[in-house]
Amino acid sequence: MMMKRKFLTALSALAVSWNLMAAGGGDYDHAPINIKDTASLQRGATMFVNYCMGCHSAQYMRYGRLAEDLGLTDEHVEEFLIKGDQTVNDAMLSSMPYDQAVEWFGKAPPDLSLTARSRTADWVYTFLRSYYLTDSGWNNTLLANSAMPHILWELQGIQRPVMTTVTGENGETRSVIESLELDEPGLMSPEEYDAAIVDITAFMAYIAEPAALDRLRMGPWVLLFLTVFTFLAWLLYKEYWKDVKK
Amino acid sequence: MAKPASTLSKNADALGQWVDKRLPVSEFWKAHISEYYAPKNFNIMYFFGSLALLVLVNQIVTGIFLTMHYKPDAALAFGSVEYIMRDVDWGWLIRYMHSTGASAFFIVVYLHMFRALMYGSYQKPRELVWILGVLIYLVLMAEAFMGYVLPWGQMSYWGAQVIVSLFGAIPYVGDALVEWIRGDYYIADATLNRFFALHVIALPLALLALVVLHLAALHEVGSNNPDGVDIKQNKDENGIPRDGIPFHPYYTVKDIFGVGVFLLLFAFVLFYAPDGGGYFLEKDNFAPSDPLVTPNHIVPVWYFTPFYAILRAVPDKLMGVVLMGAAIFVLFLMPWLDRSKVRSIRYKGLGSKILLTVFAIGFVRLGMLGMAEGTPAETIESRVWTVIYFAFFALMPVVTSMENTKPVPERVTT
Repeated sequence: MMMKRKFLTALSALAVSWNLMAAGGGDYDHAPINIKDTASLQRGATMFVNYCMGCHSAQYMRYGRLAEDLGLTDEHVEEFLIKGDQTVNDAMLSSMPYDQAVEWFGKAPPDLSLTARSRTADWVYTFLRSYYLTDSGWNNTLLANSAMPHILWELQGIQRPVMTTVTGENGETRSVIESLELDEPGLMSPEEYDAAIVDITAFMAYIAEPAALDRLRMGPWVLLFLTVFTFLAWLLYKEYWKDVKK
Repeated sequence: MAKPASTLSKNADALGQWVDKRLPVSEFWKAHISEYYAPKNFNIMYFFGSLALLVLVNQIVTGIFLTMHYKPDAALAFGSVEYIMRDVDWGWLIRYMHSTGASAFFIVVYLHMFRALMYGSYQKPRELVWILGVLIYLVLMAEAFMGYVLPWGQMSYWGAQVIVSLFGAIPYVGDALVEWIRGDYYIADATLNRFFALHVIALPLALLALVVLHLAALHEVGSNNPDGVDIKQNKDENGIPRDGIPFHPYYTVKDIFGVGVFLLLFAFVLFYAPDGGGYFLEKDNFAPSDPLVTPNHIVPVWYFTPFYAILRAVPDKLMGVVLMGAAIFVLFLMPWLDRSKVRSIRYKGLGSKILLTVFAIGFVRLGMLGMAEGTPAETIESRVWTVIYFAFFALMPVVTSMENTKPVPERVTT
């Protein structure tokens, strides 16, 4: 009894430290997205093609798939979402030529198909809300000195850093950004801006794994089938084993 | 209506006899399934052998369909996996079955091995069953490692870089050996291509052959059980063990129930968390491989991390590699390290129980430390658990030959 309790204590200690380790991934704001919210994905798609695709592609995503999953017709997609002379059968490619992009920025803007998976949706959500303006230009608290300017500044307005002084371990002092403050309002209120970023983030989470919609739709039915199957298998097992267990 | 049916069954019997005279099908079925007598007291720990077989079949079948669409080419590999995930009908399901299956394989195999440690299933006369099992585990690790390289993401690339460079620690031939394995001066297209060949044909063939031998050896000596009682010592007048039951139908129906429970858990992960919380599919691997950008935190997939922690615990690279190799190799010696008169943990003394419990906790803890960043405190803790890991094997002969054991019953308990 004593030993069992000790073993359980050890197990729970393991579980706790496991959680702590898993949580140590970084301090991002939680993105309250719902990829099953089609309206949110549609709004996100509009923002994405208008603001992101000037520079970024989503090379693994086809327009036709968008039509299917977002409840749109091919004509809708061609009219509202496709900016160039592409068709629904094409991948979502930016019209910015790769070689020139490298020349302009030193590095081509990364493809965004899988960003919400490789960086997490929370990262995307936090990143797009962490721009601030200083005398030397736009910067970002999450990705310092990012080559990307604040594309959405007109919507958000201008955030400026609030500095604070901290003392390091060796007694030296340095000034760090404590928080960001909205200095000049944009076209959207802070709440509207956050909601718009939720939509973009949801859309990016969706294009990172379009199959998520399939698996979430099928999951309950598969689990239901397996529950019935397992129950019947258990009955069969009980029936056969009556002879053994007498 | 009865007549045609009986003609049909007569014809089926005739066909069966025709085949049996030429190929011992029913003899094989009897020897290994319907008249293979297994102890009747198997508990929950005995599900994992048949589950390992199920996962093996899952990996082979889904693997066949993946190879139909995957491109083993450094320029195309990453994109072809995304093509499978998006444009191939049911491709996402097949891919997730394969990637989740890899982790499930190790979960099942680790529990299967732990069962053997609990009930002394490696002891005489099952030494070869155990040794073949450890060989399966070794091949499985190579198979999983090469499979993880194929999506050609950042973790594929840098994981391969770290693991392959370990061979460079070998004196004199190290550098040449690493170059020979990679087929290039760095991890590149040539590496991907040969890992693909090894992953889809060479290692699976070896794996299948070893599994056949593992089962053949098991059926020669018979299955152990949670009591460690030798059921062949007590047979009835027909030569059938009194505590044995035919594998079919008793264990086939029981294993089908086990399969149901396993598939429920498997499907839950597959449909609701296919990346296993970042442990089965690491998020960095959704970024295409880039030889110029090193991820700031390279760790292998979870099932290798206990050994990775042992590797990192040693400051010297060569010693680390040697110790990591020893941690796996020492498993082969188990049948001769255990000097106990009894097999099962049920009848062993307190010393053996403490050893096994601490070892199991240590293995899990090393796995967690192998995933961590490797801070000085974590390195020190890894060293402590590394010592404990080896102490399990070093102390085993002493503890098992000195401790008092409980009397083993004549017949199995239920």
